[in-house]
Amino acid sequence: MTLFVVSVIIFVAVNALPGDFAEAILGQGATPEAVTAIREQLGLNQNALTRYFQWLSGALRGDLGVPLSQALFAGNFGATAVGTDVTTVVDQIIPRLKNTLFLAGVSAAISVPLAVTLGVLTALYRNTAFDKAMNVSTLSAISSPEFFIAYVLILFLAVLNPIFPSLSNIFPGMEFSERLTRTMLPALTLTLAVTAQMMRMTRAAIINLLASPYIEMARLKGLSPMRVIVKHALPNALAPIITVIALNLAFLVTGVVVVEVVFVYPGIGQLFVDSVKIRDIPVVQACCLIFAAVYILLNLTADILSIISNPRLRHPK
Amino acid sequence: MSEPLLKIRNLWIEGRSDETWNPIINGVDLDLNKGEVIGLIGESGAGKSTIGLASMGFTRDGVRISQGSVVFDGVDLVTASAADKRALLGKRIAYVAQSAAASFNPAHKLMDQHTEGPVQHSVSSKGESTEDGIELYRRLRLPNPEEIGFRYPHQVSGGQLQRAMTAMAMACRPDLIIFDEPTTALDVTTQIEVLASIRDIVEQFDTAAIYITHDLAVVAQMADKIKVLLKGDEVEEADTRTMLSQPKEEYTKSLWAVRSFERPAKPSVITGSTPVVSVKNVTAAYGTTDVLHDVSFDIHEGRTVAVVGESGSGKSTTARCITGLLPPRLGHIEFDGMQLPLDYRKRDKMQLRQAQMIYQMADTALNPRKTIGETIGRPVEFYLGLKGKEKRAKVDALLDEIELEPSQYRDRLPSELSGGQKQRIGIARALAAEPKFIICDEVTSALDQLVAEGILKLLAKLQDQLGLSYMFITHDLATVRAISDEVVVMKDGKVVEQGEKAEMFQPPHHPYTDLLLSSVPEMDPDWLDDLLKERGVDNIGDAAVDKM
Repeated sequence: MTLFVVSVIIFVAVNALPGDFAEAILGQGATPEAVTAIREQLGLNQNALTRYFQWLSGALRGDLGVPLSQALFAGNFGATAVGTDVTTVVDQIIPRLKNTLFLAGVSAAISVPLAVTLGVLTALYRNTAFDKAMNVSTLSAISSPEFFIAYVLILFLAVLNPIFPSLSNIFPGMEFSERLTRTMLPALTLTLAVTAQMMRMTRAAIINLLASPYIEMARLKGLSPMRVIVKHALPNALAPIITVIALNLAFLVTGVVVVEVVFVYPGIGQLFVDSVKIRDIPVVQACCLIFAAVYILLNLTADILSIISNPRLRHPK
Repeated sequence: MSEPLLKIRNLWIEGRSDETWNPIINGVDLDLNKGEVIGLIGESGAGKSTIGLASMGFTRDGVRISQGSVVFDGVDLVTASAADKRALLGKRIAYVAQSAAASFNPAHKLMDQHTEGPVQHSVSSKGESTEDGIELYRRLRLPNPEEIGFRYPHQVSGGQLQRAMTAMAMACRPDLIIFDEPTTALDVTTQIEVLASIRDIVEQFDTAAIYITHDLAVVAQMADKIKVLLKGDEVEEADTRTMLSQPKEEYTKSLWAVRSFERPAKPSVITGSTPVVSVKNVTAAYGTTDVLHDVSFDIHEGRTVAVVGESGSGKSTTARCITGLLPPRLGHIEFDGMQLPLDYRKRDKMQLRQAQMIYQMADTALNPRKTIGETIGRPVEFYLGLKGKEKRAKVDALLDEIELEPSQYRDRLPSELSGGQKQRIGIARALAAEPKFIICDEVTSALDQLVAEGILKLLAKLQDQLGLSYMFITHDLATVRAISDEVVVMKDGKVVEQGEKAEMFQPPHHPYTDLLLSSVPEMDPDWLDDLLKERGVDNIGDAAVDKM
């Protein structure tokens, strides 16, 4: 249902983009006749509603259409638009999506444990120099634009100390360790971008609970401060933390556009930017739809995990 | 005589408000020998809990011990390091909190929390401690002792949690336990079970205890000696019997006297007159479960009907049906002989205006961001249509009626008032609509006895002046005795007995009414013993309830 609403918004928004594929591909010197011819060939002259339902019914069957660039190419050779040897949108997106998910996975594997650990530590040593230093540094990381962080990391970790390559051009069949090394810089950039929020939420959620009677009880049982926080506060603080983690994981997939472009990482973000440039609408729509689906899926997972983490919901009276 | 187990000398504690430190406890001394129980009593704000926590070397945030010493078995807890204190806490000194429901961690099973102390303090292994926990649960007469520990706190009732918490405090066999109002949140019938359990176990293990409460009758059952506190100062200390029979100080005497307030009986209702409110055969449900079964009673003009029963007996649900918040499934409500629409959204302004409510928690029932004038002015404008000067005059008149000086209180925020004053504002807000009938839902149960008495007197005065009718929901039988004309006893959503107050407090009773009445603690220190003997020691609490 949510996805359906989203699909409408995507379609309207994408179609509101100025210019279309025909104008973009033919450039400034295009004659009106040529533009009309291409539009007719690709079905761009049909009204928006018809095109929307064609797209939607296709999408429901897992067929996200054919990139306009491919369709045009095929058309020139007399093949039908849905010819068998034509690369479809799905074909184009899948490898890119895999790469993006790999990048997101690496970033999450670094940032989530880091953020939760730092959150617990800052809650434990709250209002100390350590707490303040962590807050200042993570906040500055989140406040700087990603491309800036990316270039700073390139400067220090690739140029001055050549530990990681500055270009992350990975391709299929690459060895895992090689792949990991090449992905490291964009992953670190993303980590810096998402850690602050998760850490601060963990800290706030824990501190919020420290005034509750059961925490007082735990302290009066003579437990160590670390145990009080990890064993007694953290389990009850999980629900808000999980929600924030889910939001940030979604950002790792959908917010990678800038980072992928900077590092020339062949992910879905880069594909997205390229397709917008040439107004390749089926690809743009498909990317948007995937981004939306990732958001919804992760939030759903977060809700389910929150329920599992809460014994009140798991064991009703 | 040997050195006492706990020796507090010249203890001063300060609390911070608005950047300055203000004294909360002013130089209190306390001695407690092994196996002895001391009762700390006083109104809220007297510093009972603060002393209780301080005797563990612990202060809450924003509170500090400024001077004095708390020596437990030779160790001064004020100067001891955090690690030294942790070694004692839970192991040799344990704490039982007021609300067990809030003090058990909702994320862990009871037994895991029970064994945590012994395991962390290396007193015993998890297995041994679990066995011991089951044994303690058995001694505390918890139902299904083998099984109950493996539930989460939300799956266990309040009275059972309170006992489980006492068991948890006992887990390391401490020398001293601090009981901080352990039965205040419980019904009278449950309170008895918990009191008896606590006393047994304290005697069995020869544990010393500090028992904090504002209920004199409770402390009379529990303590060997009593210390009375007022605003951080010690008023007097004496052994329990002396304190009860010959209190020296005026303040102590005034505390003792509170329980004697009782308004004179009113003439009985003229038969045949139309009641102000009539509840007719009401059955109501939450979802598909019926929670009220065929409830009927009348409330006549100028009279107070007390609705009594334990929590979950359907008292507040009945109120929700009358106000239309929960439309009954069967039956109906009559007002002055006219049938009211069941749903409040279908009632007109006049019908809404006639019935007003005063709530238990004055704290949460007042909008913290509105001044008192705005809070009371809102219904004045809504129901009476008064504006500007007229509205202000009406608000002032209402404040006069609840005995608060208008010029002083009109522009204050709720946070600048005491609990009793907030409850008075709640009354003024209800009066603002000029109703004929007010539902008072546990209006005094969150208040100290002296303050509660003031509220009850005010309500009685307003009733005489304005001819109001009250439905007074309470679980406290002392309040019933003080204010009501008629009593309705409820249990499990049914009315088990109803009638004039005078009749209700005379035998013969319905067995449940009898249980309720006999469970109200009395000031006699032998009361609990006698009662237990009468009911048969093995037959208290659950068993007594089951019989019905």
